[in-house]
Amino acid sequence: MGYRKVAVVGAGITKFARYAQETVSELSYEATKMALDSCEMNLSQIDCVSVGTAPDAFDGIHMNGEAMAEGSGGWCKPVMRNYVGGGTGVMSAIHGWQHVASGMFDTCLVVAEEKMSSAFPHPAGAFLTIFDHTTEQPLMPTLLWIFAIEMQRFMATHGYDKKDIARVAVKNKGNALNHPSAQLGAEITVEDVLNSEIMAYPVNRLDVSPTSDGAVALVLAAEHVARRVTEKPVWIDGVGHALDSAYWCTRDLYYPDYVEVAARKAYEMAGIKEPHKEIHIAEPYDPFTYKELHHLEGLQLAPRGGSVKMLMDGHFDRDGNLPTCPSGGLLGVGNPIAAAGLMKVAEIFWQLRGEAGKRQVPGQPKCGLAQAWGDLMQVGTVVVMRA
Amino acid sequence: MDIKHQKKIDKTVTSLRKKDVTGGKVVTESWEPNLEYAWDNGPAISRYLAELKKGKLIGKRCNKCDRVLLPPRMFCEICWRPTDEWVYVEDTGTVNTFCISHVDWKAGRLNIKGGVRPFTPAVIEIDGASKGMGILHMIDKTNPKNIKMGMRVKAVWKPAEKREGSITDIEYFKPIGKKK
Ligand SMILES: [Zn+2]
Repeated sequence: MGYRKVAVVGAGITKFARYAQETVSELSYEATKMALDSCEMNLSQIDCVSVGTAPDAFDGIHMNGEAMAEGSGGWCKPVMRNYVGGGTGVMSAIHGWQHVASGMFDTCLVVAEEKMSSAFPHPAGAFLTIFDHTTEQPLMPTLLWIFAIEMQRFMATHGYDKKDIARVAVKNKGNALNHPSAQLGAEITVEDVLNSEIMAYPVNRLDVSPTSDGAVALVLAAEHVARRVTEKPVWIDGVGHALDSAYWCTRDLYYPDYVEVAARKAYEMAGIKEPHKEIHIAEPYDPFTYKELHHLEGLQLAPRGGSVKMLMDGHFDRDGNLPTCPSGGLLGVGNPIAAAGLMKVAEIFWQLRGEAGKRQVPGQPKCGLAQAWGDLMQVGTVVVMRA
Repeated sequence: MDIKHQKKIDKTVTSLRKKDVTGGKVVTESWEPNLEYAWDNGPAISRYLAELKKGKLIGKRCNKCDRVLLPPRMFCEICWRPTDEWVYVEDTGTVNTFCISHVDWKAGRLNIKGGVRPFTPAVIEIDGASKGMGILHMIDKTNPKNIKMGMRVKAVWKPAEKREGSITDIEYFKPIGKKK
């Protein structure tokens, strides 16, 4: 099709922390500066900016996209905000790709930021307002319910055991020990997960990612610029996104159709016929342990009902056939909502360049995937990248 | 890990401790927004609320895909056309999925050890609506351990004089026997 080739040529990331003193714009600046420095580019070479930050309710700043724009290098440039909840980070990268692939711009900064620590007494309270104001909010729901409800359906449909799913937390928090930005890297056991506080059965404390502050930035460039800037461009070869119904109680929660739709679009664009063979490394979205497996099934990287067996067989370990969340994921690195999604794209970039340090997966992976999910459990966002 | 790289990353963020923030070590400013909203609910949900006040659940049919939509909607998102007639549905249903929550809406812990019953929200597929048309509501008056998927439940309504046209006019759903 008539798209220009687009590469990621630089990336930057802040530390992820529970309480950061820095403002949204300052966090964005740190990540953006690091991304530009990494490819020895400066702001005058940037044509446009795609920013992402998810619910304004966390930051308590109405139109938070504007608040982060200057830190993201957006002064007097075309700046466009992405806002699809947890799907925002990957969506921002897709949006950046669109700007450059279309021929409209040669370069684009993609910056995602979140500061959840501003909301008191706990950012979870801000989630109340994502439910329908008339038919659901009067029941005083919390987002934890919706996850626990979905996990229960996922487990029951496939006969999965909670203690097996807990291994996702063990793997990801372990992987995060080697990530310099990580908030919650740890060596834990399945028993630690099962013995942690019950939040909403079947979800325990260690099945859940933390609340975090942080920012991530990427530099995207059209082919002629990318080849000048770096010897190791990482190409964005496929993108896809899809939004399902907001009537979340009407969908069968055991399977994320919207992730499948998004993935199939991205695979088609990237010419991928057999994703489980052609994708070498993946960063599926893991705000909760079961979500990584739920998404791997939607991404066609595990058969429906087959992801737990692959997990138990070590398939998804750093040295397995398909390493998943080698970064440490949201469970280990942290979950500053929009930034966490873009952190996944950055991880695939570093892994495909062989620059992931101790996190580097063996075997020189050539093709990777990052995925995020969000809104009211309804949006799937996918990018496929090649070295 | 590369120490130099780690130091560079560490410098990007000044990490505060919770006690710094909540214990007055740093100056904080808080804000209680005085924002009030009056939401319009449109013809479909307005009728839904009016029927709840009467102790009834109502949906709307799309004659093209032959689905009974609950809560009712003015248009079918799949057929992309106006929906057709109003359809009363039952106040009984089947538990599609549920959870047992030890936290409230703002992640506050319930005093479970002190005898507080966990919340047990569920997706309930209502009889008379199309298969899979669930609504969010609470199950109560049963031991959370006894709640199962596929369990049959029935709405427990507030007394008529206390109903106000709200989803909370149904106090909760309670288990009933097998479907005939
Ligand atoms: Zn229809």
